[in-house]
Amino acid sequence: MIGDNFSSPAIAGEVARPVALEGAKPLSLYIHWPYCSRICPYCDFNVTRDRGQASQRALFDAIMADMRRQAEGLGNRQLASVFFGGGTPSLLPPDWVAELIAQAGDLFPYTDDIEITLEANPTDAEISRYEGFRAAGINRLSLGVQSLDDAALKFLGRNHSAAEAIRGIETAQTVFGRVSLDLIYALPNQTLDAWETELRAAAALGIEHISPYQLTIEQTTPFGRAVKRKLWSPPEEELAESFYFRTLDVLGSLGFEAYEVSNHARGKAARSAHNVLIWEGVDYMGIGPGAHGRLTRNGARTATVAEKDLKTYTAAADPIEAIPLTPSEAEEEALMLGLRLTEGVALNRLPNLPIIEKATPLIEQGFMELTADRLRATEKGRVVLDRLLFELLG
Amino acid sequence: MSTDLSKIRNFSIVAHIDHGKSTLSDRLIQYTGGLTAREMKEQVLDNMEIERERGITIKAQTVRLNYKAHDGETYVLNLMDTPGHVDFAYEVSRSLAACEGSILVVDASQGVEAQTLANVYQAIDNNHEIVPVLNKIDLPAAEPERIRAQIEDVIGIDASDAVLCSAKSGLGIEDVLEAVVTRLPAPKGDENEPLKALLVDAWYDPYLGVVVLVRVFNGRMKPGQMVKLMNAGATYKIDKLGVFMPKATDVESLGPGEIGFFTGQIKEVSDAAVGDTITDERKPTAAAMTGFKEVQPVVFCGIFPVDAADFEDLRSAMGKLRLNDASFSYEMETSAALGFGFRCGFLGLLHLEIIQERLSREFNLDLIATAPSVVYKIYMNDGEVIDLHNPADMPDPVKTDHIEEPWIKATIFCPDDYLGAIIKLCQDRRGEQVDLSYVGTRAMVVYNLPLNEVVFDFYDRLKSVSKGYASFDYNIEGYREGDLVKMSILVNSEPVDALSMLVHRDRAEMRGRGMCEKMRELIPQHLFVIPIQAAIGGRIIARETVRALRKDVTAKCYGGDATRKKKLLEKQKEGKKKMRQFGKVEIPQEAFIAALKMDND
Repeated sequence: MIGDNFSSPAIAGEVARPVALEGAKPLSLYIHWPYCSRICPYCDFNVTRDRGQASQRALFDAIMADMRRQAEGLGNRQLASVFFGGGTPSLLPPDWVAELIAQAGDLFPYTDDIEITLEANPTDAEISRYEGFRAAGINRLSLGVQSLDDAALKFLGRNHSAAEAIRGIETAQTVFGRVSLDLIYALPNQTLDAWETELRAAAALGIEHISPYQLTIEQTTPFGRAVKRKLWSPPEEELAESFYFRTLDVLGSLGFEAYEVSNHARGKAARSAHNVLIWEGVDYMGIGPGAHGRLTRNGARTATVAEKDLKTYTAAADPIEAIPLTPSEAEEEALMLGLRLTEGVALNRLPNLPIIEKATPLIEQGFMELTADRLRATEKGRVVLDRLLFELLG
Repeated sequence: MSTDLSKIRNFSIVAHIDHGKSTLSDRLIQYTGGLTAREMKEQVLDNMEIERERGITIKAQTVRLNYKAHDGETYVLNLMDTPGHVDFAYEVSRSLAACEGSILVVDASQGVEAQTLANVYQAIDNNHEIVPVLNKIDLPAAEPERIRAQIEDVIGIDASDAVLCSAKSGLGIEDVLEAVVTRLPAPKGDENEPLKALLVDAWYDPYLGVVVLVRVFNGRMKPGQMVKLMNAGATYKIDKLGVFMPKATDVESLGPGEIGFFTGQIKEVSDAAVGDTITDERKPTAAAMTGFKEVQPVVFCGIFPVDAADFEDLRSAMGKLRLNDASFSYEMETSAALGFGFRCGFLGLLHLEIIQERLSREFNLDLIATAPSVVYKIYMNDGEVIDLHNPADMPDPVKTDHIEEPWIKATIFCPDDYLGAIIKLCQDRRGEQVDLSYVGTRAMVVYNLPLNEVVFDFYDRLKSVSKGYASFDYNIEGYREGDLVKMSILVNSEPVDALSMLVHRDRAEMRGRGMCEKMRELIPQHLFVIPIQAAIGGRIIARETVRALRKDVTAKCYGGDATRKKKLLEKQKEGKKKMRQFGKVEIPQEAFIAALKMDND
């Protein structure tokens, strides 16, 4: 049966999404596993070295409990997508992954076409477990390849080689079918042509989804400290901008569509259903240390943040802080996230914002477009989206 | 209380800043027992916080000292502490008019400086006897003989019997007091003549109301007496009559030669103009004191609150300051760029700085001040003459015949190493050299300069080219015709009123270029290209461009990043409050402040 919840105008329907169950509201699930076998020098996420701690099982149990607790009182829900992020969730034993998926299924029914993604690293040790993850229910792999160049991988502090990365990609394609690559650009001394070669190599492997990111220097990371001490410096702003535009050109010419600011897919079926749902404002439950979520309870949207510290999270009776959002806060967020998508944001999600008035000059200048029921940023507008948001909300 | 005229000495102390005037005053008070050591607050006479901090005197003050001299007689010494800065030249001249003599304090190692000269000439103009005193004589660098010769050379007064002292250590203080008694003249006056007293200064005291400082020349003042301020034409009854010892002490009467204060239900300081003559209402004097004039502001600038919500607080703060400083004027002004604020008039740049500082310090206000401007005289074709205080009000040039601007005569003292740089600075500012002479290794240059070139950033430049070793003083010389034009700054083709200025035609291009470059650095990138232009009338004389934003988008934004992105947006919104909307362009407030403080030319 096809219910009306998924076909509401709030959702563009531009992505392969599960068949909706009668009367159930969609819910996505984000699970954060904070361990990494090595901490990358550019990373400022909530991560911890994996030393095979005995406490990992206790944390896992706490995550399971967190899911059950947050599920209380959510009403009739259908699980729309699951995403394992981190950290490095491919360090989880596959049977733990299976336990999490099984419990999620017990709490919220889902259909067989659901997307369940796991972030993974292409090290030989992890590649050997891909089969296990498939068996546990994972059907899409997001591979943290970052680069296909050995020198760059060494600079980025990755614990795999380019050859391992290619093995990982090939194995993942065989095992999961749907595979996405994360790649990082604008490294010091990187040339535009070298970057283009990398993108073409990735596409030549038959990859259908690429998330290329500009290397961002965060102050609190080893890279941040190195740049501060002037040991090296990232490319100048203008060159970094050129990387962005080259990425658009090359991937565009290879048949990829930039369906979001930093996400490119060959064909709609290749898009990340989970992320599209979140950008479109579907409720998502965030579990695991430091995870964020957005849940609608009793008609009011709530932002949730889980305790960041692993020990505290594990020991807490309830590690979640829930912050109610006012209707206009919720709408601002909807606009912020929705405009990242090529399709833009549905106007009926913004009943309280005086948005048309503020958008009019931007539309006249060609930065935005208004269709019958949606507001979107044009290609020219998307590259200056932060400024557009400032104009719309500032 | 009445004192025999021959036992009174009224004197002031003239000095360059930092040469020890206030320390010497304190030492004299302490020596004569006016205050115990415990009561001595450092520099008693400068009792405003800013005065004490900057070591300058803004209001005139007096103290009455009882001194038993070597001749066995007890003398009443009235020490008048005068403002030491050219901005307060008129007040200084009135304070000096209340005395018969001056002590000239010169630092025994630094020697004569620009202010020494300006102040001592004023004292000489007031027919004062001058006693030179060499201070800081105990310092290893002291060269009393050389400085003595310098005083004779530069000032042209006999310094052979200059008193040597160290106000800091107390050395030679008695010699200073003896010199006051023996070398300065006693006042003259007739108790039987009608009352004739000079209004030396007035200030507002929260307990007493307006306190008026007076010097009696003829006749006698008593509590209960009806007195008339001759220029103001107002009559007041004396409530309280007293002298400063330095603590206010009531007296029964004040006679000829005496200096003291009275209160009399005077509402505002502006009702008691410095220089006015006070006389008995029923038995008035025939002739008022000469030399009265109304003080006119010389320098103007706009003062605006950073936060528009502080406007009312600013208005009330200005009112309070004006209560105590009638020479400061303000009227409401609206600027498209800066919102509601006030156009304020000052006696000079130091006065402007003091008021600004007091507004922000005593009233805790964040302010933006526009570039100081002088008063131009605009001669219209129809014969009308307009005093222009604000360049934004400049009439259409086709209706004007010519413009006059104020000129000053500036005296600069500096070590000769810096002379070249200082002469270049003065030449660049359209200066005309009047005099150049040497006193040992120090040079004295005198230049005529247009005041509008000085109010801009002349002090800062002078300080930087002389590494702080130059001293500077000036007096207003009068108005001269100049080839002046209004230069506007256009941002995205819209004129920004707060940035328009009157400049000399020859200097316009350079100023315009500097201004455009500054603004280009300060205006953030927008979605479109922003031209910045400097124009005279319709003619563009300089141009810069702020290029359009090429890329501005957060790379990653997933579920967890939404909160982070939102915080960023909140921060931007906060920032926007400090922006001023100008047409389609947002200009940060810092841009106005920084652009007006142009430092490189």
